[in-house]
Amino acid sequence: MARLALPAFPLDNRRLVGALFLAPALLYILLLVGLPFVLAIGFGFSDVTVGNTDLNFVGLRNFEAVWENHIFRQVFETTIRFTLVSQVFILLFANILAVVFTQDFTGKWIARFIFILPWATPVSLAMIGWLWMLDTKYSPIDYLLLQTGFLGPGGILSGNRNLYWLAAPDLAQISVIFVQVWRMTPLATVILMAGLSSIPTDILDQAEVDGSRFMRTLLQIKLPLILPIMVIALLFSMITMFSDMTVVYVLTRGGPVDYTRVLGLYSFQVGIEGGNLAQGAAISLFAFPLLLAMAIFMLRAASRAEVQ
Amino acid sequence: MGALVWILQNFWALLVALLLALVGLRIAWRLRKYGATRAELAYILRRSPFYAVVLTFCFFALAPFLIMFLHTFKTDGDLYRRPQPFVFRQEPTLEHLDALFNNTAYLDFIRNSVVVGIAVVVITLVLSLPAAYALARLTGRWGERAGILMFLVYLVPPTLLFIPMFRIVVMLGLKDSPLSLIVVYPSFTVPFSMWLLSGFFKAVPPELEEAALVDGYNRIEAFLRVVLPLSLPGIISTVVFTFTLTLHEFIYGLVFIADTSQRTLSVGVPTELILGDVYFWQPLLAAALIIAIPVGLAYNLFLDSLVQGFTMGAVKG
Repeated sequence: MARLALPAFPLDNRRLVGALFLAPALLYILLLVGLPFVLAIGFGFSDVTVGNTDLNFVGLRNFEAVWENHIFRQVFETTIRFTLVSQVFILLFANILAVVFTQDFTGKWIARFIFILPWATPVSLAMIGWLWMLDTKYSPIDYLLLQTGFLGPGGILSGNRNLYWLAAPDLAQISVIFVQVWRMTPLATVILMAGLSSIPTDILDQAEVDGSRFMRTLLQIKLPLILPIMVIALLFSMITMFSDMTVVYVLTRGGPVDYTRVLGLYSFQVGIEGGNLAQGAAISLFAFPLLLAMAIFMLRAASRAEVQ
Repeated sequence: MGALVWILQNFWALLVALLLALVGLRIAWRLRKYGATRAELAYILRRSPFYAVVLTFCFFALAPFLIMFLHTFKTDGDLYRRPQPFVFRQEPTLEHLDALFNNTAYLDFIRNSVVVGIAVVVITLVLSLPAAYALARLTGRWGERAGILMFLVYLVPPTLLFIPMFRIVVMLGLKDSPLSLIVVYPSFTVPFSMWLLSGFFKAVPPELEEAALVDGYNRIEAFLRVVLPLSLPGIISTVVFTFTLTLHEFIYGLVFIADTSQRTLSVGVPTELILGDVYFWQPLLAAALIIAIPVGLAYNLFLDSLVQGFTMGAVKG
């Protein structure tokens, strides 16, 4: 094969080639993430709409208006509540599943395929399945409950034939959290699996030689060792969850009333559907300090856990 | 068709029978291999809670997909008039699958998604292959900082960026064109694949490149001729996961493209197959299932590779 027609010397230089290799990707990211981010901040301080694209500086007016809006307050709270509550269950299930799937067992391949499906399916498409599962009238879950006597006349859960999963405030919130846990547990599991499989085998061998049983090895050796990775898994799924709007867009559009409206969806509805780009941008910007704080806190926790 | 009808009509019985047969065969195989001793029976008993856990999780994961599968073949009468979601009271039908492919823009959505996905994968590889190699081998402190920058991108998710992005897309005249997605999607696929790829590159022993350098190759040649071929499995898995990331994306697709025939799968199916208050349930559920299965298989095939890349990428070095 023909050699590259470039002088050999500069291309042997690590730092030069390194910079050369890194530059295009960094530039692209800077242009497509940095620029819009700065623009988002600019929008937040302006009065731009879909119709009127002039950027007039209006100071903190958008942020003040958003913060004083009681719908926004509720949306903000809902987003935080959904994120926190779902993480508890995601971490719990992910730990169990990661331990399960780092072992060998019969039928592992098909079991893993099934457990990965909720994560592999594009979110909006998986939500169509849940939209039907939680349908007001035809919900298969309601049907099962009806047949087993939990619903219908004299039923324990309700005298109606349906629970109205997505139409009753509490149930709608529970449903959204359940579905989020359903779809995000595999991601956290996979990250934890990476952690478990990176534990040096000599440590585990030593534990076995010392007579440590399965549960003891798990609780006293494996879990403490993967704590940093658990924090990373938590961080990833919290960011995903916090900034997600797809689930509620398909399932409820934020309803009933505002009970399942989350930050991303609200920003979309005000900014794009309502045409008020400036206020939409201001709404989504409220997420940033929270995401940043979350990341700093968790990365600190992770590095502290790593030192010990 | 006859076989399909039979399978559908006896779906649950077949499912349970299949499960029991597999469990029975497995136990019989063990007993034959190790003998039906007391210890062996105790072992099987001790293992069964483990399988119960697996089965429970599998059931919850699979439930909506089973319903999708069954409902794909239900007639309207069976679906709405006498709701009995789990069995067929009327003969299963293929009319909804037929309608999905022939009367809706489903094939357009698939085409758009594939075109966008392939284009984004190409752009992503061109940008992230060299960048990931630089992160893994070539740069010291600066590389570390660049790595952190890539991570920070995760803190600025599409929910924060879609409004200014929308303005930019309109300004560039790319609104309603899949080109807008091809330009914007690398903003999240490049950091992802850089991280994954640098993990795979770190797994290649540096001695091999040193040997290539001694043999008179320069850095770029060593990268192209030694490192790339050796990390091919990792690169393939990066391609798969990058492609599926584009398949999953929803917000940009929803905001940038309003024209039905230009929409991608994730946006097109839930917005275009619902007309006002009319949900075309069977085609909707079928459309979701048809995409879910191959993506799930791909994920499962490449999961070990993903886990490996993730682990190596997380190792400081």
